[in-house]
Amino acid sequence: MLLEEFVEKFADCFNQTSAAAFKPETEFKKLSEWGSMLVLIVIAMVDADYEKVITAEDLKSAVTVEQLFEIVKSK
Amino acid sequence: MAVFSIPNIKLSGLSACVPKHTEDNKNFSLISEEDRETFINTVGIRYRRVAADGVTASDLCFTAAEKLLNDLNWNREEIKVLVFVTQTPDYLIPNTSSLLQEKLKLSKNCLAFDVNLGCSGYVYGLSIVSSLLQNMPGGKALLLVGDISTRTISMKDKSTAPLFSDAGTATAVEFSSSHQIHFNLQTDGKEFDDIIISDGGYRNPVSKNSFTETEYEKGIVRNNLQMKLDGAKIFNFALREIAPNINTLLTEKQIEKSTIDYFVFHQANKLMIESVRKKLKVEPEKVPYSLYDFGNTSSATVPLTMLVKLREQLVSQKLNLLLSGFGVGLSWGSCYLETEKIICSELIEI
Repeated sequence: MLLEEFVEKFADCFNQTSAAAFKPETEFKKLSEWGSMLVLIVIAMVDADYEKVITAEDLKSAVTVEQLFEIVKSK
Repeated sequence: MAVFSIPNIKLSGLSACVPKHTEDNKNFSLISEEDRETFINTVGIRYRRVAADGVTASDLCFTAAEKLLNDLNWNREEIKVLVFVTQTPDYLIPNTSSLLQEKLKLSKNCLAFDVNLGCSGYVYGLSIVSSLLQNMPGGKALLLVGDISTRTISMKDKSTAPLFSDAGTATAVEFSSSHQIHFNLQTDGKEFDDIIISDGGYRNPVSKNSFTETEYEKGIVRNNLQMKLDGAKIFNFALREIAPNINTLLTEKQIEKSTIDYFVFHQANKLMIESVRKKLKVEPEKVPYSLYDFGNTSSATVPLTMLVKLREQLVSQKLNLLLSGFGVGLSWGSCYLETEKIICSELIEI
């Protein structure tokens, strides 16, 4: 499981935000597009691409994309 | 797991009634235009049917049942079972099914009761009427399933308002020595409050505070007489439980997945159903959707989807169907059944 690939897949979940905005250190909840719909989209992406289940609590506890990557990796 | 089979049962007919009044989620001003587009594309709901004031779930089911009984040409004296699955009854007391028995002019020898279930309600309802008919050779049953969930939500709550829609359905079931239905029904009450209307029952009776609106976050304002839905938890629940529930049913009953013509899922959320479909490795063309036009109609989504999306096939062909309902409770279940040229009334709009 690679961080770079995860950042790309995470960026693909967004419709309105440019892919260039996503880096490991991006604080994703500060992006204007972030909201309850994206919570579901990211949960679905992690389930489909990594066969792991993350919760809304996991997304709440992560501040950056990299922190979320570490949570997914630890599952 | 409650995996079981009920023999000597066949599904004979299906009907549905929806309100004519339609709301368009493109006009749902609580969220931005961009978010509306994302919502429609991701959750899959564009239009919602909303019952007029004074119209109840039992009215919609009654209209559907009248049409179906006429189309089937059933002798009403032969109907021995009437089950009404709803979470929006006419009254707290008495049971609405008694009122329906009278309105439908069914015999006094017909047993009738209500079942309080939501999204899993159609599959559960089929298991209940099928079980009851076991000791009634020649008996016939009416399963009425419907809700007016739009009355239970806050229009200031973006987590529920664009989802729910109203519908009533009727399903005719009868004793038949040549058919059977296989079920796998499950429950997990640990998460009972993931979907809940907390006040108005006897745990938290209606009080002045029940009407106080609380802003839980931006765009989520409701009172305690309105439905709370934790979308992320329900999403996790569906990802965790639905595919294993179906796989267990098919494995235990030795049913080959490829022989199933259609998988009809509770219409909760397109992203959720697509995730489950991919886990099951089922082809997209085998999974019909009525979400775009009718939204989440609670327990009615499965029969409504069958009627509006599979009517042509149901009336003309033999079909192997897998039905799956999941949600409030938490309660979920699936069933496998074969249908053969059943009566499907035209969708009624009132």
